[in-house]
Parts: sequence; C-alpha cells; structure tokens
Amino acid sequence: MSVELLNFIETVLNGLMSGVMYSLVALGFVLIFKASGVFNFAQGVFALFAALTLVGYQTGQVPFAHLINELFGTNYHNWYASMPNFLAIFLTMVTMIALAWIIERLVLKHLVNQDPIILFMATIGLAFALEGVGDLMWGSDVKVLDVGIPSGGSIWLEEATIGLAAEGSDYYGMYVDVLNIWATVIAVILVVSLALFSQYTKTGRALRAVADDHQAALSVGISLRSIWILVWAISGFIAMVAGIMWGTESGVQFSLSLIALKALPVLILGGFTSIPGAIIGGLLIGVGEKLAEIYIGGYFETGALENWFAYVMALVFLLFRPQGLFGDKIIERV
Amino acid sequence: MRIKQLLIGITASVIAVSSYVEMAIADLKFPMLVYRTGAYAPNGIPNADGFVDYYKMINARDGGIGGEKILHPECETGYKTQVGVECYEKNKKDAMVFQPMSTGITYQLIPKATADGVTVYSTGYGRTSAANGKVFKWIFNAPVTYWDGASIAVRHILKNNFGNIKGKKIALVYHNSAYGKEPIRTLQVLSKKHGFKLMLLPVDHPGQEQKATWLKIRKARPDNVLMWGWGVMNQVAVKSAASIKFPMDKFIGIWWSGSENDVLPAGQGAHGYKALTFNAPGDNYQVHKDIKKYVHDKGQASGDGSHFGTVLYNRGLFQAMVQVEAATVAQKIHGTSKITPAMYRDGMENVNLSAKRLEELGFKDFAPPFKNSCENHGGSGLAAVQQWDAKAKKWNLITEYMYGDSDVVQKLIAEDSSKYAAEQKIAERCN
Repeated sequence: MSVELLNFIETVLNGLMSGVMYSLVALGFVLIFKASGVFNFAQGVFALFAALTLVGYQTGQVPFAHLINELFGTNYHNWYASMPNFLAIFLTMVTMIALAWIIERLVLKHLVNQDPIILFMATIGLAFALEGVGDLMWGSDVKVLDVGIPSGGSIWLEEATIGLAAEGSDYYGMYVDVLNIWATVIAVILVVSLALFSQYTKTGRALRAVADDHQAALSVGISLRSIWILVWAISGFIAMVAGIMWGTESGVQFSLSLIALKALPVLILGGFTSIPGAIIGGLLIGVGEKLAEIYIGGYFETGALENWFAYVMALVFLLFRPQGLFGDKIIERV
Repeated sequence: MRIKQLLIGITASVIAVSSYVEMAIADLKFPMLVYRTGAYAPNGIPNADGFVDYYKMINARDGGIGGEKILHPECETGYKTQVGVECYEKNKKDAMVFQPMSTGITYQLIPKATADGVTVYSTGYGRTSAANGKVFKWIFNAPVTYWDGASIAVRHILKNNFGNIKGKKIALVYHNSAYGKEPIRTLQVLSKKHGFKLMLLPVDHPGQEQKATWLKIRKARPDNVLMWGWGVMNQVAVKSAASIKFPMDKFIGIWWSGSENDVLPAGQGAHGYKALTFNAPGDNYQVHKDIKKYVHDKGQASGDGSHFGTVLYNRGLFQAMVQVEAATVAQKIHGTSKITPAMYRDGMENVNLSAKRLEELGFKDFAPPFKNSCENHGGSGLAAVQQWDAKAKKWNLITEYMYGDSDVVQKLIAEDSSKYAAEQKIAERCN
C-alpha cells in the first residue's frame, strides 16, 4: 500500500475517534431535547462540572474551601489524601443526580409550558451559574484527571501497520491514541445500554412516551417531573463520561465547557432527536474536519480549519436537510 | 420605612467614607487587567496573585512607594480584547501604568494610551516593535520581546546542531491570534538566513482539539517544534507531542508556554519539554521570604496562596517589581513622591535594574539585569532555556541567559516601527 493511502486511512481513523468524543457530548443534548424539548446549552458546563467534581472527590478537596477560608479565617483545603476511583465516580454520579433534581426544582418546574426559547435562555443562564458555582466549589486551577484509562499512541497498531507500506518506503506505522479507542468502546456501551433501557424497561418506555407526546404521556399517568429529573440525571451521567474523556486528554479546566460548541454541528448533522444521529453526526464531523485540516488546510494562509470547518458542513446540511440526517421529519399541516 | 431610610443612609455614608479613606491613603494607582475567570483563568490567576502579593508586601514592608500606598484595583477581562479596552477606559484616570496581560489588548491600547498619556507595560509580550522608544513613547515591553524569543529558540537549536541547521525542518505551532502570530516574521527571516524550512501550524482558540495539527507533525517529522501557545492549547500540545512520541527535548515553548499548568496534565510524557524564560523558577529568593513574612503569614495572601513560587506567580512578581521600581525612579527624578502619570513614564524609561539593584530589591539571580532608555523600551533581550523534570515536578534552567540574533531583530524592529510611525504620523524622538 502507498504511504499516502495509509496516511489517508490514518486521518479518517483519527477523525472517527475524535467524532466519538464529540458524540459523547452531543448524546446529552439529544436525550434532554427528546424528552423535554429543551436545548440544554449547559451540557458542556455539565461535563466540566462533573469532571471538576470527580477530581475534587479523588483528591479530597474541600468544596468551597476558598470561600470558607475567606469567611471564617480558616485554612482548610483537603480533608483526605485520596479516594479510590470507583468511589469517586460513584459519588460524582450521585452529585449529578442531585444536580438534576435541583435544576428541576429551581428552574424547570417554574417554566413548564413556556416557549422553547424561554427554556433555552434559562439553560444559558444555568450554564453561567453552574460555571460560577464550579469555580467557587473547586477553584480554577488546571487539574490532572486520572481514572486509570491509558492514553498515548497505540504501539500495537503502529507495529501491526508498519509492514503495510511498500518496502523501502518511509513509514512508521499508523497512529491512534489509546484514549480514543477507550472512548469508542465506552460510547458503544453507552448507546447500547441506553437503547436497552429505553426499549425494555418500564421507565424507559415512559421516557419514550414523554418524548413522543407530553400531553398523551400525562394522560396515561406518567409523571412528567420524574421523567425530567431522570433524563437530566442520565444526561448528567453522560456529561460525566464526556468530562472524564476530555479531562483525561487535556486536564480539567474551564475551557472544557467549550466542547459544547463542538457538539452543535454534530447535532445539526445528526438531528436533535436521534441517538444514532448523534453518533453518526459526530463521526461525520470528526472525519470531515480532520480531512479538511490536513488536505485543504495548506491552501489557506491562516490555516486552522479544524475548528470552523465543522460549521461549514453543518451549514450545508441545514440548507438541504434542516432536520438533520436522523431527525424527525418536519411536517407542516395547513 | 424610617429604618429602611436610615439603613440606606448609613450604608451610603460608610461607602463614601471608606472610599475617601482608601483614595487618601492610596496615592499611586496601578490598575490590574486580570483574568481570574474563563478559559484562560488557570494562567491568569497565578500571575495576578504574584502582582497582588508583591504590591501588598511593598505596602506592608515599606509603607508603599516613597510613602505613597499602592492602589491596585482589578478589572476582569476574561482575556477578551474588547473587555480589556473597556477596563482600560474605566480605570485610566490617574493610572500610573497598565499591564494588559494580552497581546490583543496591548495592540488596542497602544494608540489609546499614547493619546491619553498613560504608560503601557507589556512584559515580554505585546507589539514587539514597541521596543523602539523613539516611536512608542508610552509603550514598554522589556526585558525581552517575542522576536528576541524566536531568535533565542533558533539559537538554542543551532547550538544543539553544531551551528548548522541548513535543510532542517522547524515547525511553529501557534495560537491563531495577534499573540501567536508575532514570531512568524522573525522566523521567516531566520529560515532564509540559516536555511531551515519553516512549517506554520495555527491552532484556533482555545486549542482543545489539535489532533490534525499533530498528525501533520507526525507525517512531516520536523526536527524541532516551537510553540507560541496559551491556556489549554499548551496542555493539549504537550500531551499530543508526548502521544505521537515527538522527542520532548526538541519541543520548545515561548515563556508563556512554560508553566507548571502546561506540563502537569501530560504526566511523565512531558519530561524533557523545554521553554524559554526571563525569570528563574523557585520560591527561595529574598522577595519570597518577604512576601511570606509580610503577607502570607498574616493571612493576606492573594487567593489561597497555593501558587506561591510557580512560574507564572514569579513572573507576576517580576512584572510588579519593575512597575514599582519605575515609580521609585520617577520619584527620584522629579523629587516628589506624588508623581503624575507623565512623571511615571519618565521613571519607566529610566529603570536601571543592575545586578546590585536586583539584589537590593530581593531579586538576586532571579532575572538578568536590564535597563530601559529613551531609544530602548525592550530591555536586555535576554532569555534562558528551562527544562521540565517530570519526576521531580520542577523546571530547571539548563542554559545561561542568552541574546537572540540582534542583527535580524533590530532590523525588523526598525522596519516595523518606522512603518507604524509613518501611518500614525509620529515624529521620532530621542535625537
């Protein structure tokens, strides 16, 4: 095989892996939008908050330490040296469920039957408020997140592919980050679990009923509020997974909340109401932007296509298929 | 109703009296443009803490500068240029000096501050050609500029290649902003001079996703990679370089890409990564002892005090020290402790931080000596290379402080500043 072809395959493969990382964020958006019609602008901040909380629990950080010390003249920072990963992850999950409950109580409950734009604006407010609370609770330092997921280039893949190039060619194997392989495996498990949950459990069916028609679901005795808490809690869990993956890659810091912006083109492509759409959309965006950066980027003096090319793709899709690849078909009856 | 009115009255009186008292005792205003929130907060906070702790220490130990207390109001910019300009407008009245902490903001403030008669000090950042004091009367960027930095990095590479880098490939991974683009011109000239091939790889804000950039590097296999990054871009770049197994000792960041924040997330993978610096790492200098004694031990540390002695905290100390020294010099020149912004500028232009003076100020061996002059607002142009030891989790200086290629840099500064002078119709001074 020619080195060019192998490089092309490597780019596509890396694009797919990056796409999975975007899909992890997009999944949270889709779940909430399906069940409540709310476009949750705070999903990126959810991921940040979950990652901050996880590191906080892992390292025994005292929440709101800075505030407490400032108010009471104390000097508390840590109350234990470390916590096992599984316990820290479990406690973070509990925290995210509690957060979902608080959001339902303080925000959603008061906005039932409001226009979608009002709910959207509320989530913008929620994003900023949650970012501020995260800062107060855990501080804004860059935090190292290690839950034992390996990272770095896969040596196995490099060695397995080095012989694929024509003899004598200057090629030293294909590169894929092991962290991204893990992200792919976890995303697959997540999607399968979500599918099984919504197909084969009573709560899952209730969730689908609410997603299909709020009024009809209410009329058969499904509690809208419990379903909302459940959906926000599940999306909080997905945000935690996304936060772990992204946080392991770059360290946990406040720019993590901006990954939500990466999910937007994914949603436009895949549709706001489809879980498979979030995955396929992510893969398409990931591959598209990597190919654009590597094969077209050189023709642009300023370069850096990787960040905005996804939006070009999304725009083109909007023009031809506004509901996205897998979104519900838009039917307007006169 | 009466109680409510009474309470409002008391509150208003307290605010009025306290602000009067504050203004009365704080005569020298050093407004701080900071970013303690947002994507760049992890870098902005330790730097701002360094400034605040130093000012507090001067107020506590010396009673201020020549008896005049330092007032240091903070304005949050979030590293956003527009907000930075608004902060400047809000705080410019009676301000001695502005430290924008952003090249983008600095570019916007240059014409404004020049018109307003306010000193701007962009320590080792900002517009490089502002080093030419003949054109940029109110702007200072000592002790070293980005163009010096680019040429010092190339000089270090030259030294490691026995003086010959002809045919070698050097990649520049840069923040796609005014800051990141600063070294490009210099590197282009140096690539012609030394015969190396220059690869330019921009990374858009914030730099969370750089996979394509590092795939390009993996394919092109440059001999060295230079980085002009900030914030999360640095961490992702260092981690990505380790992930593709790029030799870390061939990866050199500018002084804003060489803090603990930038390397810790990569763990052992960051071992050997290099960065330029114009101040030493560590927390065992006299200035640290004084800050501990007069500020931290009294429970008045800025933030939680956890950044004490880190790279960006130390840089904040250095920046604040130069600003305070400029005020001291201005007071000496004009024979009054109550200096005006114009007098302060004179002080900044006559700063002479010799080795002896640095020792007096508690900065012995902390940074190389430098002096400003009417012609030179860019300082000594000296920087050293530091290297990250991932096992010990500390930076070590591995070279002496060295000069860049002054032939190239000075020529470029003269070209760029005279172009600016022609555009703005500025007559050269210092003749």
